[in-house]
This record gives sequence, structure tokens and C-alpha cells, in this order.
Amino acid sequence: MAQKLSNQLLVAFYKEMLLGRRIEERVGQLYVQQKFSGFCHLYIGQEAVGTGCLNAIRKGEDYVITGYRDHFLPIVLGMDPGVMLAELLGKVTGCARGKGGSMHMFSEKLHFMGGHGIVGGQVPLAVGAGWKIKYQKEDNVALCFLGDAAINQGQFHEALNLAAIWDLPCIFIIENNMYGMGTAITRTCSLHNLADRAKGYNMRQAIVDGRNVVNTYNQMKEIVEETRKTSKPILVEIQTYRFRGHSVSDPGNYRTKEEVEKERSRDCLVLLKDIMIQQKAAKEDDFETYEEEIAEIVEKAVTFADESPEPGLEEIHAHVLA
Amino acid sequence: MAILTLREALNQALTEEMERDPSVFVMGEEVAQYDGAYKVTKGMLAKFGPMRVVDSPISEAGFAGLGVGAAMCGLRPVIEMMTWNFAIQAFDQIINHAAKMLYMSGGQYKVPMVIRGPHGAAHMLGAQHSQCVDHMLVNCPGLKIVSTVIPSDAKGLMKSAIRDDNTVLFLESEMLYGRSGEVPDGEYIIPLGVGDIKREGTDVTLVAWNKMVLLALDVAAELEKEGISVEIIDPRTLMPLDEDMIFNSVRKTNRLVVLEEGWGVASFGCHIVDRVVKECFDYLDAPPERVTNLFVPMPYNERLEHEVLPSAERTISAIKAVLYK
Repeated sequence: MAQKLSNQLLVAFYKEMLLGRRIEERVGQLYVQQKFSGFCHLYIGQEAVGTGCLNAIRKGEDYVITGYRDHFLPIVLGMDPGVMLAELLGKVTGCARGKGGSMHMFSEKLHFMGGHGIVGGQVPLAVGAGWKIKYQKEDNVALCFLGDAAINQGQFHEALNLAAIWDLPCIFIIENNMYGMGTAITRTCSLHNLADRAKGYNMRQAIVDGRNVVNTYNQMKEIVEETRKTSKPILVEIQTYRFRGHSVSDPGNYRTKEEVEKERSRDCLVLLKDIMIQQKAAKEDDFETYEEEIAEIVEKAVTFADESPEPGLEEIHAHVLA
Repeated sequence: MAILTLREALNQALTEEMERDPSVFVMGEEVAQYDGAYKVTKGMLAKFGPMRVVDSPISEAGFAGLGVGAAMCGLRPVIEMMTWNFAIQAFDQIINHAAKMLYMSGGQYKVPMVIRGPHGAAHMLGAQHSQCVDHMLVNCPGLKIVSTVIPSDAKGLMKSAIRDDNTVLFLESEMLYGRSGEVPDGEYIIPLGVGDIKREGTDVTLVAWNKMVLLALDVAAELEKEGISVEIIDPRTLMPLDEDMIFNSVRKTNRLVVLEEGWGVASFGCHIVDRVVKECFDYLDAPPERVTNLFVPMPYNERLEHEVLPSAERTISAIKAVLYK
């Protein structure tokens, strides 16, 4: 994708991705410090996917849904990082009042339909959002993020078929980080290109290099506009990598050191920095300033979350039924 | 007041609600061009068009999930399951998504959806098509559950279910879509969570719902000849349950029998007995009895099937047992 982005946009993307990286590193520390417990799936390494995709949509209008690796996406959509962190710490100021947790971030205001914990279970929900868009004759789109391993679930297939037969404006985004938990996708899927799943549904498909945020953004922008215009669904495979384990308790022994090293050399942040230097969007010194700026945001968020109150016991029975 | 069959009463409720609220749509297998596998949606495609009466592929999990997502975005889906046996395919969507969305989003995302269809055994359909799943679903917080076959109740409760901001599971019966009853015209609403005394009596409380209400009425008529007065309580909605109506009846009769279709292990009848024993212990003159299916998969053979399902004979024995007769 040759199309250049403005210096301003590159800086904004870099800072956003850096925020994603540093906040997740901090989340990992908070977990080790036992500030919270439960499952915790970090987005480290995949930041260009979130930034590239969600800056290509109309934030707060288009619908977004994802699986359980969901800390960064709501921040890109505009959620205060402190509110996300407060949710992680189970605080009442969190985006789900401390009742959702790491895997269940939500914001109705941002049209963020949540993080979901059942692999593939969120895919039909995205089709429901697509159905609503078509039913109300809107020109929004529904973005559905899923992991590579979710493409082997039955609900994924049912959902794709529904979106295809009814021409729903759904963009299914496989964040292919190459592993479903500890099992390589090459061991569980007979396809080389995961996007080929689309062929079974006569659906458009695309493969995106998700390590390069400029690529991801440009390609997604085109896909989003095309989907908006045609109301036809598409299956997008975005190739990426997570540097940490599946969850914080996973040391990642199923991957070779060489593989991880190779991937680190094409870290999306390093790649973007190179592009920015090359394009003269920023100087070496600027990156130190960005780090300082982001560190301040992260610490402010941690303080907010840490100092926030826990939900009262009356919250136990609230929101069971409307 | 018109005389309508159960399917006509349901059709009327759906039609009136779709006329009232453009966000209501019906989706399911065979609901549109085929007029519904059991003709509940007959004529609705012509009236409302293919965006509001929608034939789906055979993908229960898929279109139940579509319903959840559409409801989260502000529509009011009515999802037809050709039978609740098939809805087991969609239990992940019902239990993991619909029931939990409001809670795990901290009150942000409501799921105002109805999932409806026939429930329980019909006649000689074999093991996979003759089940009750109400006890499995009532165990999960975040859902409302209606179970009825009486045409007027079905109309009034369906209208409430569609207007409710929660996911309401609506259990009907294949055997009784053609059975008629008086149904009030136009706006007729029965609130969810309000039971109905189907027959007043003084000697024993018989709690029954769905098609067991009809068996209960037969049994009560039979026992009247022997001088036994049976009070029949139809909760109509299992969740929320009209506990007070049951407690008040038991405090009057001092005896309880629960008549339910489906397996008796950890069933909804167990829950009712548990609540009554806890709240009305001092009023009980006999240990409560339960009449349920035998604990086996449904056999195909007609005679065997009849033996497995609750019968008048077994219900009468249970009633006589609590009366020490």
C-alpha cells in the first residue's frame, strides 16, 4: 500500500499504539502484583490491528465487537484508559461497573458491543448489528474481531452464511496471531490462507499485513468504505503476532525463541517508527517525548483505577434483569 | 371475545405488536413463505414483507445470535425455534450471551428478544424431538420464561413478552396449536410473573403449566366425583414465578402436588417443592408429591411413550397420597 499518511496521523497512530503497548505492559505488572486476578489476555504486538482498523471507521457510529483480547480496542474508540483499567481492577468506575472484567469491556455509547469470552460466540452478534443497520436503512458497518482459532467454531460458519445470504454490512476481522492458545493454527486449520474460509460463502476476502499500521489503515479504509457502499460482507485476515503468551499465565513454551525474535524484529511500533523517521514525521528525540507523554497517561489511569471504589454489595442484584 | 386456536391467538399477538412497533420482526425456519412449520406466522409475510418476516437457514445458533446482536442495537426480534429441541443448538447464545449481556455490561446492553416455539413431547416423535428443556433454562439468571398453551394466556403473555426489555423464552406445545379458547380482542396484556388459578378447590393444590394444565383439569373433574376438591395453579411464567399464589393456595389446602412434563431430576417441580417446604412448612399436612416423566429418553412406541409421560392415573395416585387416601 503505497499511499502515504500525513505526518500528523502517523504521530497520532504511534502515540495510540504506544499507549496500547505501555498500558498492557503495566497491566501485566499489576497482575503480577496481584492487583487483580482471573484471566488476562494482553494485546502486546497486535496494536497496529486495533489502530489500523478502528481509525478507519466512524467511531461511535459503526458497531464494534470482539473476543476476550479486548483491552485496547475500546481505548482506540475513545474510552478513557482509566475506565478500562478500573474495570480490570473490578472497580465500580470501570466500563462495566466492575462486573465484566478483563474479557468483558463494554461501552454502549461508543457502540462497543463488548468483549466476549466464548470463542466465536460474538460472531453472530455482529451479524445482528449488521441486520439492524440494514433493517433501519443506515449506512454504518459492523466490525467483528475474532481470533484465528475462532474460525473452526460452528457459530463462525453460521454467522458468515447469514451475513452473505442477506448482504449485511459486516466486516469479519480474523486477528491471526498464529496460535489458538498454545496450538498453532497450522495444526487446526486445513487452509493456508485463513481468509479462504470466505470462499465457502461466496464472500469477498482480503489479507492484510497487520504489522504495518499504514498498510492496515489504508486497506481497512478501503474495505470499510466499500462495505458501507455495497452492504456486502467481507472476511479479512490480518496477520499479526502476540509477543506474550495467550494469557498472563502462559509462558509460551510452544514457540521457538527464533520465531519470537524474528517477530520482534518486525514489531509494529518499530516499523512505524522507521516509517516516521523516513518520512520525517518525527525525529529520534521526539520518541522520548512520546514515551514521557504516554507514561504520564498510563500512570494517571493506574492511579484513577487504583483509587476508585469497589462496587457496593447492592450491585450483586442490579442488572440481572432490565 | 373471539374463539381462537392457540396458533391464531399467537398470530394475533405477533401481528398486533408488529403493527404497533416497527422494530419488531420475526425470524426463523419456515416462518415466511411456508407460513410457519405449525402455521403460527400464517399470512404475516404478505402483511409485513420479507424484512420483518424472515426465513432463516437451519442455523439455530446463528440466528439466535443474530437476534441477540440486533436486540443489543435496539431492535425487538421474535425468534421462532421450530421446536425447543432444536434450540439446544442455540443454548450458547441463550445462556452465555442473551442472559448475561445486561449484567456483564454493567447495565448497558439490554437484549429485548423473544425466543418462542413448541416445547415437550408431541406424539411418537422419538427421543430427540420430545424433550422439555424448561428446567435447564430456568436455572440460568437473566432470562424470563413463559410456558403456556391456553389461547388467551398466550396472547396476553406474548404481547408482554415482546414489550419486555429482557430476553423472554416462550414455550408452547405442538399438540395444542389447534385447540381453541376464548381470546379477548385487541389490547389484552397479561403481566409476566402473574399466575392464574385455573380451578378453585379446597383439598389439594395442584401446580401445573403448559399442556399439563389440561391434564390437571381432567384429573380435577374426575376427582370431584369422589368428593375431592382440587385447586389448580398455573404459574404461566416460570421466571419470574408467582410464588405468593402457590403459597397462598398451599396455606389454604395444606397439600401440594406438582404435575410437570419432563424429567424429574433437579426439575422445576423440585424448586417449587423446595420453596413451599421452606415457606409453608407449618401448613403442610403431608409431604408434597411430584408427577413427572419417567427418567428415560423418550421411547418411540406409542404404549411406552404413554407410560413415560405423566398420566391421569399417576396424578390421581399422587393426589390421593397427599390426602392419605
